[in-house]
Amino acid sequence: MLLSLEDATVRFGGRPVLDGVGLDVAEHEIVCVLGPSGSGKSTLLRAVAGLQPLSSGRVLLDGRDQAGVPAHRRGVGLMFQDHQLFPQRDVGGNVAFGLRMHGVSRPRQEERVGELLDLVGLPGAARRAVAALSGGEQQRVALARALAPRPRLLMLDEPLGQLDRSLRERLVVELRELFSELGTTVLAVTHDQGEAFALADRVVVMRDGRIAQSGTPLEVWQRPADEFVARFLGFENVVEGVVSGEAADTPWGKVPVPAGAEQGARSLLVRPPGVRLVAADAGLRCTVAARTFKGTHVAVHLQPEDGGPRLEAACALREAPGVGDVVGVEFDAAEIVVLDRPTAA
Amino acid sequence: MAVPVAFFAVFFAWPVAAIVARGLKLDGVWQFGRITDVLAQSDIRHVLWFTTWQALASTALTLLVALPGAYVFARFEFPGKQVLRAAVTVPFVLPTVVVGTAFLALVGRGGLLDDLWGVRLDTTVWAILLAHVFFNYAVVVRTVGGLWGQLDPRQEEAARMLGASRLAAWRTVTLPALAPAVAAAALMVFLFTFTSFGVVQILGGPTFSTLEVEIYRQTSEIFDLPTAAVLTLIQFVAVGGVLALHAWTVRRRETALRLVDASMTARRPRGAGQWALLGGVLVSVVVLLLLPLAVLVQRSLDAPDFAYYRELTSDDSGVFLVAPIEAIGNSLEYALAATVIAVVIGGLAAAALTRRDAGRFVRGFDALLMLPLGVSAVTVGFGFLISLDEPPLDLRSSWILVPLAQALVGVPFVVRTMLPVLRAVDGRLREAAAVLGASPWRVWREVDLPMVRRALLIAAGFAFAVSLGEFGATVFIARPDNPTLPVAVAKLLGRAGDLNYGQAMALSTILMMVCAAALLVLERLRTDRTGEF
Repeated sequence: MLLSLEDATVRFGGRPVLDGVGLDVAEHEIVCVLGPSGSGKSTLLRAVAGLQPLSSGRVLLDGRDQAGVPAHRRGVGLMFQDHQLFPQRDVGGNVAFGLRMHGVSRPRQEERVGELLDLVGLPGAARRAVAALSGGEQQRVALARALAPRPRLLMLDEPLGQLDRSLRERLVVELRELFSELGTTVLAVTHDQGEAFALADRVVVMRDGRIAQSGTPLEVWQRPADEFVARFLGFENVVEGVVSGEAADTPWGKVPVPAGAEQGARSLLVRPPGVRLVAADAGLRCTVAARTFKGTHVAVHLQPEDGGPRLEAACALREAPGVGDVVGVEFDAAEIVVLDRPTAA
Repeated sequence: MAVPVAFFAVFFAWPVAAIVARGLKLDGVWQFGRITDVLAQSDIRHVLWFTTWQALASTALTLLVALPGAYVFARFEFPGKQVLRAAVTVPFVLPTVVVGTAFLALVGRGGLLDDLWGVRLDTTVWAILLAHVFFNYAVVVRTVGGLWGQLDPRQEEAARMLGASRLAAWRTVTLPALAPAVAAAALMVFLFTFTSFGVVQILGGPTFSTLEVEIYRQTSEIFDLPTAAVLTLIQFVAVGGVLALHAWTVRRRETALRLVDASMTARRPRGAGQWALLGGVLVSVVVLLLLPLAVLVQRSLDAPDFAYYRELTSDDSGVFLVAPIEAIGNSLEYALAATVIAVVIGGLAAAALTRRDAGRFVRGFDALLMLPLGVSAVTVGFGFLISLDEPPLDLRSSWILVPLAQALVGVPFVVRTMLPVLRAVDGRLREAAAVLGASPWRVWREVDLPMVRRALLIAAGFAFAVSLGEFGATVFIARPDNPTLPVAVAKLLGRAGDLNYGQAMALSTILMMVCAAALLVLERLRTDRTGEF
């Protein structure tokens, strides 16, 4: 393993910000840590970089314990959230900084700066002042600077956080292509699930300093581990129920579950496509409370008439009922996930 | 951290403690009864009372004159603003001796006012008060005006959009933001005037005497060390109190304010009222600040063929062992050495104070560093003589003694100038450099140094000017064959005769020119975020 965290814990004034985290990153792997703000994901990066000492536990790089190894000797790269370009140096000076620190000769520095600026799509920008760059350009320079000394592990802290949406969506594709081309090992953190799913080979969801789930983007999306992960991913249709056989008793009535589901009192996730609208006299009677246009579909918010939590359904634009309409709801077992109990309350 | 602490312990705490002990200890027994004895003397009580009320009056007068100036310099754009800004700062770095001399030339016997209207103020308290305003104008303009210029005018606009009148918006938004800076400036002015020495020594005559002057008199003329020690303690306590208040207001000032670039808030005056304000400020600057300097220069030339200047080069006047002109060389050498010491010690202290993990102790040290500004320089000077005179540290005959004493006064300026700039360096920039492979030393050189280089030069300039003008301590420890400029000026003024008077004016002019030159260089280097001075 290139990077291993063993029971890594960081406490700020007694409060654990990182709480016994174990995480492995293999060579050439792109791992994305996903979590809401305050979940400890930036602290995780700082602990690996050597900027934040651990209260207990270990960080290993290439199997070697990094305790006592200062940040500048760890050979990892970190791209900061707001880039932190050196304002008094030009673009070339920023990119060459790490090379100078490693004693690379001047001609070789210039060559490598040129290479990197080509790579990030800013050819010939070496003499430009960093203050004159747009947000997207700064992001590219920060990336080039972090890549320049060929770190064995590149860490990205909210790499696209401050950019506008369209730029973000374009850059995330570029980054993914670039990293697979270079074979870079990447550990990134973000609060944006779209970014994480688009970038990562593996997604790690964090909550309150602990790892809530780890898996490929598809696994995490299809089978959120618990209610927290499901809600963090944006799913609203989570309800308590008692599973017996291939059905569950919920406030929404009997809901079918996939074969082989865990039995007993569980949380259930019903993905919006699994909420089928039928005639008002069939299934669960609901009133349409609101509808929001989502581009490819319409999200319809339904209030069951006999009480119970609201439901969200995804409808094609033309078939979507209007606000105040009464509809019936049936559930599709294939879109229903029986969740684990949350690991920590 | 260890170096500045050791420096202050050896060259500040120890000499002061030594002199207090010398005065208050008899056969190894503390004589605290002397404190009440001294306080019971009516002339001492008179000195205490005068010191306090003249400091209060000076502070009030300075605020009255300088606050409109602070506003004008912060918010108005007018031709010649840069030059004028530099000009109003000149008095602050001027040696107190020169300030005294300049006012003597203006309001004293045979001075300009005497010539024109027969008005003499040199035996009145007004001369002292005016000289204090002259000296401290820049403190208010820099401290208050600096902040005023950076306050975001949109805050006031936001208040007005919510229905506040122009005056109400100013009162509820700008004034509270400004109040801590005004308080800090007022306390600094109070501190400087409370401990005023050179000015009062020259202008006060036999009638008026501050604590500091009295300490000097008791120490060097009457040799009454116990009284001097008690007075030193009193001054120490008073200054400590003022500094504690000051530290508190500075902390208040650091509360998050919306600051913008000063160049964004200044504009040309509009309407008759604003032009009148600008005009009034300009007139007050000319009359109060520039006129005394001009008179000083004029008096120094008031003899045919630069006679006063030429006389400076002759060594047979009997006042000194050497030609007065040699004092220039001495002063420059001492000031350079003092600057190096002050920058090294102050820089280390500022770096230590910037560390994010700085604890209570370190933050307390911040306030302690200011103490030399207020503790009797006379005491420090005399303390040097009696405490650094035996092995392992026998410096009494070493030339380094003078720069050491002068550096003590320079360090607070270095710290105050460097600290805001160092604190403004984003810690994550340092981290970014570390992650890219820079060792802590490399980080300092590659990230901190380029950002603080200008502040460092400014700090050095201030330390240089302050060292050059240091009088209270130097007058004790400078050897007769190696006088500094301020010491030579004071000595010349102490002698009768037009020739001595003229030479004092000439030397003062030279000293002023050197200080002004140093300051003009500094003004070119001004950073956006300067310290308090």
